Formats: sequence, C-alpha cells, structure tokens
Amino acid sequence: MTILDIKNLSKNYQEIEAVQGVSFTVEAGEIVGLLGPNGAGKTTIISMILGILEPSGGSIEIMGRTMAADAEEICRNINFSAVYTHVPSNLSVLQNLKIFGMLYDIPDLSGKIEALLAEFDLVQFRNTKAGFLSSGEMARLNLAKSLINEPKLLLLDEPTASLDPAIAGDVREKIRSYTQQTGAAVVWTSHNMKEIENMCTRVLFLSRGRILLAGDPRTLPRKNGKNDLEELFIAVAREPLSINN
Amino acid sequence: MNPTRIYAVFVRQLYLLRNNPTRLAGNFVWLTIAIVQWGFISKYLGTLGQANFNFITVILGALILWEFLTRIQQGLMMGFLEDIWSNNLINFFASPLKISEYTIGLVSSSIVTGLLGFLIMSAIAGLGFGYDIFIIGLSIVPFVGILFLFGMAMGMFVCGMIFRLGPTAEWLGWPIPMVLSLISGVYYPIDTLPAPLMLVAKLFPPAYVFESLRAQLELVATFEGVMINLAMGLGLALFYLFLAYRFFLIVYRHNLRTGKLARFNASI
Repeated sequence: MTILDIKNLSKNYQEIEAVQGVSFTVEAGEIVGLLGPNGAGKTTIISMILGILEPSGGSIEIMGRTMAADAEEICRNINFSAVYTHVPSNLSVLQNLKIFGMLYDIPDLSGKIEALLAEFDLVQFRNTKAGFLSSGEMARLNLAKSLINEPKLLLLDEPTASLDPAIAGDVREKIRSYTQQTGAAVVWTSHNMKEIENMCTRVLFLSRGRILLAGDPRTLPRKNGKNDLEELFIAVAREPLSINN
Repeated sequence: MNPTRIYAVFVRQLYLLRNNPTRLAGNFVWLTIAIVQWGFISKYLGTLGQANFNFITVILGALILWEFLTRIQQGLMMGFLEDIWSNNLINFFASPLKISEYTIGLVSSSIVTGLLGFLIMSAIAGLGFGYDIFIIGLSIVPFVGILFLFGMAMGMFVCGMIFRLGPTAEWLGWPIPMVLSLISGVYYPIDTLPAPLMLVAKLFPPAYVFESLRAQLELVATFEGVMINLAMGLGLALFYLFLAYRFFLIVYRHNLRTGKLARFNASI
C-alpha cells in the first residue's frame, strides 16, 4: 500500500529553485532515506509533506488524500521529529505529552502516555521540565511525541543528530520496531551513512533540489563505482553532475 | 472546530502559569501599583475645586476597564510569543490544529488572566478607595464585552505583525494600548481633543464605551444615547476583530508560501 505519493514536486523562492520536479513514493513498512548535502532540499521536502510549506508545483498524496482537501485527516495520521524543533522546554514531560495527545485527539490519553513513558524510559522524568532533560532524554521525548498518534507516515529529520552512539542506537531500534509492528512508512534524513545503510530499505540522493540517484543503500555505491555510501555521498556533494552523467 | 484541541492550546498557557507563578505575580504587581497610585491621585484631585462628581469613580473605573482590555491584548500576544520562543509553532501547525482553534485557545487563556486582573484591581480599588465597579449597575457588562472584543482584535493584529515582521516586532505590542488610550477618551472626554483627533477617536470602540460610562456617572445619559454608543462600539469592535483575524490569516498564508512558517523561530 502506498502511503506517500509525491509527483513532480517543486518549490521556488523567487529565483531560487529549492526543489525541482521531485517524484517518489513510500510504501507501508518502508523506511526511505533522503540524503544529500546541506541545502539539497531535504528539509524543504519534509516541510511540504508536513503542510507547513506550500509547494510551488506538483502534488503530494498521503494515503490517497491531499493537504488541500483533507488537511485535518492527513495531519491526524502523520507526525515528525526534527533536530531543529523541540517540544516546549518550560513544560514538563507529562504536560507536553498531554498537550500533544489532546492536539491529536488520542483516545484513552492517560493510558497512551503511561505506555510511551515506559517505552521511552521517561517515567522518572514525568514531572521534569523538558528544558532540564539531557540531549538523549530530549530526543526520546521528541520521539515519544512523534509516535503519540501512531502515525502512518513518520518524518524524521536527522533524529539522531547530536546523540551519543548508544542513544542513537536505541532511537533506531525504537523506530525499526515501530515500523515492523504498525507497518508505518518512514522518511528519514541523516548525514550518518552507516545509520542510513542500517535503517533504510531505499535511499534517494538529492542534489540542488533534484533526485540524482535512487536505490538500495547497500548496492547503490557499487553501481556508481564507489566503495560505500559515504564515498557516494561525498561524490554527490562535490560533483553532482559527474555522478549524473 | 474541535474543543479538545482548543483546550490543549488553553491548558498549555495555564501550565506555564502553574509551572512559574511569578509570571502571574509580575502582571498583578504592576496593576496593583497603578491602582494605588491613581487611587491616591484621584483622592487628592477630589479635594480640589468644586467637582460635582467623584474622581475616584471616574479615573479608577477607566483605569480598571482599560487595563482589562490591555490584559486581553497582551495575553494573546504573550501566548503567541511563548510558542515562538519555545520553537513550538511548527509542532502546532504540523498537527491537526486549525488556525481558528489556535487563536480561540489563546483568547481563552487571555480571558482568564484578563478577568483575574479585573477582579484583583476591582477588589483593591474597592477595599482601598471605596470604589464600586458596578456603580452604574449591570449595564457595565455589555461595555466590558465591547472592550473584550476590541482587546482581542488588538491582540490578533499584534500577533499578525509579529508573525509578519518577526519576534522583534514584539515592541509594537506594548505601547499600542497606551497610544490608543490617549485618543480614545479613556481618561477624559473626547471633546477635550483637538477637532481632527476627535474624528480619529470616533473610529475606535473604546471612545463609545467611555463616553457612555462617563455620561451615566454624571447622570446625563439618555437611553437612546447609550444604545447608540453600544451599537457603534459593538459594530466597530466586531469589524476590527474581523479585520485583525483576516490579517493574521493573510500573514499565515504568506508565511506558508514563502517558507517563513517552516523556519519561524525566536532568532529571525
């Protein structure tokens, strides 16, 4: 089942073409990596999927619906966690989860919150203000928030950036098990190529707002004459045109 | 319109007050100082000349009602700024929350702080200076309603300005009530103003509210006059509220198109 279907998506900022004619789909249970150097258009694409940025052209369908026609229904079924957005730091862990649970109209919210606190090892921090949490605890809270509505499409923009390897590993495991249990689709951006190789079933390499390469992260480097994903990434970042040709 | 989502926005602001009660105290300290200061000034003025009415009733009444309007405006503005300062706007706008639900949630929380301020100021003015907010009876209620609507309109307009120009535009929100009070006949009749400013005053709902209240206190009000002022004040307040909400929506759509919403945070 196709969860996300993007066709010919573009975004222009006056003369700048941030995203140009991007098309791809994400199936249920799939984790798709969006890769590319800074400014390649990854966050712009995620923002357009989330509905906080209006595309200049093309279409985005989430479970067969468009943001223009069914914004509320779509927003109920997607969620995100991004390195640049946190839950309010002056509210406690419990207060944050309550507020986001109410925003997504979660039935049996108390039960859901208790389950999330236990799953993300946040029970002892339930009354701690989010601003007092360590980076790892904050990452777990952001992830708990992003799973509160059991999204069918989860958008993760560098979810493990600034985390130590042990916590980053825990986060990856949580996402993997969530996807396996629910069949949710995930779009994942990261600059950690090992992580992408480990997590993603498919990757899309973006450069200057276009998809340059797409395929299995384990076979794509060889197909393009590179030893590994990191080498391929560097080649894309430095010489996108030579890769294209 | 989903009441649970509105409640989420409302309770988010209440949690902030509960987590840090000094936010509330800070507000009320200034109100208390203003009431005490103007209470004594009014008392002193009352001892001068041959005034045929009570200065305390006129000045403290005006101060309490104007501060109520100011709290509504600033409550909305501060609620919006809280979401900007905590980088929370994306979380909210990427959720099923609608703009109308968000603004109603912010308004609801500003009603709580506005009413609390109103009650505290009325109590201090009553206990300290013998002032009775209901001296003109329940007919004050619709006038308070008009000020509430206009306070919402001002708050919405300031939020729109902040959304358009960035959080540094916050400074615009603080002096607006003070500037408006100069030309809205809050503390003195609008015929005290130069002729051009009198015309400007008539464009704003508070002029109709305070002119009516003063006329009732001076026992020169007619039923027709009060009703006309009530209708004018209400009509104008609703008109400004509609305009301010449209303005906020236009700015939201502009930010959605230009990418400003996706990157809106405290540092821009």
